[in-house]
Amino acid sequence: MPPRPLSPHLGVYKFMYTLSLSILHRITGVAASVGFLVLAWWLMALATGHDAYDRAMRLLDTPLAKLLLVGFTFSFVYHFCNGIRHLVWDTGRGMERAQARRSGYFVIVAALLLTALAVWLGCRALAAVPGGVAP
Amino acid sequence: MSLRSPLGKVLGRGSAGEGVGHWWVQRVTAVALIPLTLWFAWSLLGLPLQSYDAVRGWLGQPWVAVLAILLVLTLAWHSKLGVQVVIEDYVHGKGAKTTMLLLSTFVHVAAAVAAVFAVMLLALS
Repeated sequence: MPPRPLSPHLGVYKFMYTLSLSILHRITGVAASVGFLVLAWWLMALATGHDAYDRAMRLLDTPLAKLLLVGFTFSFVYHFCNGIRHLVWDTGRGMERAQARRSGYFVIVAALLLTALAVWLGCRALAAVPGGVAP
Repeated sequence: MSLRSPLGKVLGRGSAGEGVGHWWVQRVTAVALIPLTLWFAWSLLGLPLQSYDAVRGWLGQPWVAVLAILLVLTLAWHSKLGVQVVIEDYVHGKGAKTTMLLLSTFVHVAAAVAAVFAVMLLALS
């Protein structure tokens, strides 16, 4: 039996920007999965004790780690926003081409704004003096 | 030349019947993750994160621990399903595909167990 064609048939589509949003959903999803592993590692450090937590936080304070954290944050936020877009599509709404383009534009803007907000809050949370901020 | 009939070639090669379940659980976990991740991110970013005592004290509270465990389990499940689809779509060699699917499952289960165990240690000690 000859090999059967398997989806996704990436070569048959004309390029449109909504296409890159769609592939970005998968890329950010995989990146967020790696972020989940970091979360599990961070929780284990917290459970191990004071010293282990301080070591983990120092490691997260390096420039490379900060860059990765911003990347994870954007990935998660984009996947979150675009995921809601997908859930709306699952109800059969918003599938017209103009609507899909508009919602895609909205998702990009929302993702960038929310990433900026999260990074700002994150910097504040990292700089907060223990006891200075009410939990 | 194969002696198998066209029908025989097709039988057993069709839908495994599990696609709908996969699709649906992906959506159920996605909906659950909306409030769970918003709660977690908002709460965490309000803490002085350099303070071990503050973070530990927050996560050790009973309801916080319960929600955190729900979060990591739902995240792990949703992530496992999503990564599975990506591997199935883009990794084509049979051996490589099976290996990566196995590896993904093991890593997801290990991370989920570690995260749940960590939260329970914090809450119970």
